[in-house]
Amino acid sequence: MSETHKELLVRSIFRRNPIALLVLGICSALAVTGQMSTALVMSICVTLVTAFSSLTISIVRYHIPNTVRIGLQIMVIATLVIIVDQVLKAFVYELSKQLSIFVGLIITNCIVMGRAEGYAMSNPPIASFMDGIGNGLGYGLILMSVALVRELFGSGTIFGYEILATVNNGGWYVPNGMLVLPASGFFLIALLIWLIRTVDPEQQEKK
Amino acid sequence: MMHYLDIIFRSLFVENLPLSFFLGMCTFLAISKQVKSAMGLGLAVVVLTAITVPLNNFLLNTLLKAGALSWLGQPDIDLTFLGLMIYIATIAAVVQILEMVLDRFVPALYNTLGIFLPLLTVNCAILGASLFMVERDYTFLESTAYGLGAGGGFMLAVVALAAIREKCEYAHPPKALRGLGMTFITAGLMAMAFMGFAGFSL
Repeated sequence: MSETHKELLVRSIFRRNPIALLVLGICSALAVTGQMSTALVMSICVTLVTAFSSLTISIVRYHIPNTVRIGLQIMVIATLVIIVDQVLKAFVYELSKQLSIFVGLIITNCIVMGRAEGYAMSNPPIASFMDGIGNGLGYGLILMSVALVRELFGSGTIFGYEILATVNNGGWYVPNGMLVLPASGFFLIALLIWLIRTVDPEQQEKK
Repeated sequence: MMHYLDIIFRSLFVENLPLSFFLGMCTFLAISKQVKSAMGLGLAVVVLTAITVPLNNFLLNTLLKAGALSWLGQPDIDLTFLGLMIYIATIAAVVQILEMVLDRFVPALYNTLGIFLPLLTVNCAILGASLFMVERDYTFLESTAYGLGAGGGFMLAVVALAAIREKCEYAHPPKALRGLGMTFITAGLMAMAFMGFAGFSL
């Protein structure tokens, strides 16, 4: 093992961020970032599912026939997502209603599949688990920063608490209505990519 | 009849999967460099949603729903929690079968759709369409209409984006924005244009 577990954890958060560099898991990054609370729950779910699916797949990796591995991976992931979905429905029903189908769509989130296929299939369990957590956190970082901008400037709140008093509530801040709309997620992620690729020119695309 | 047309129209424009719900983004952004391949991908999505959404609806009503197993003499079983697994398995199976059937009987079509089909097993637009069908409690006919409309909406969006990106080849954006960044901004502008459809109904 050339990398320690800590390095595994950290490198996926910053240097090899799944959303910004590998362009994985964009769908939910746009759809659930209207509020901090949904983004937070989504990040936690994805981190848990990625970590445990990597762990499980890594434990049984010598017993998986190569021809049916995609099907098996999907089954492991689907089982974990069902568990997460049921837990959410049981304990935070309101939030689970707001996330609607996006919890189910974690199954097809490319981050989970990508880590299972790309890392867990060829690495020991603990390292895979760390890699899963790191990728989940990297995903969460982007999700939370987009959600922070959208909620703070779109409706003047953070986690539902008022920070900038809006005009409608007798304050001074005129909220930017565009940021409430999902389309703004596209622009924010484009700006993030611009920033990351300016800092790290290696990631720029050639003509 | 009007009701079904309304469902198709809504899923095509108002509730366009990639541009209003942001489903299927990975494929949407990755395979929109050329109009030709975007066409192939779009067609594959239409075929898949048109088959899997009604099929999943059928499975939901005959196997999973509370009381659905009464034809087996087991009226108390509610298997809806297994839904996610059944839907994704159905999609994977349909993809496999479709691939084999096309390869055997319509090789010309297989050559255009072939490379996209396996990719679409893990596309959230396909699974998303099935999940929306469940959430909205569509009947079998309604879900057929929805499957067609949702797939068509994806095709419309991906072909339009590809056409715009072909033009963008001649532009000179800042180096760091080239490629992915530009595509995101384009898609964002398209999503805003599609918001103009909000509230429309037949």
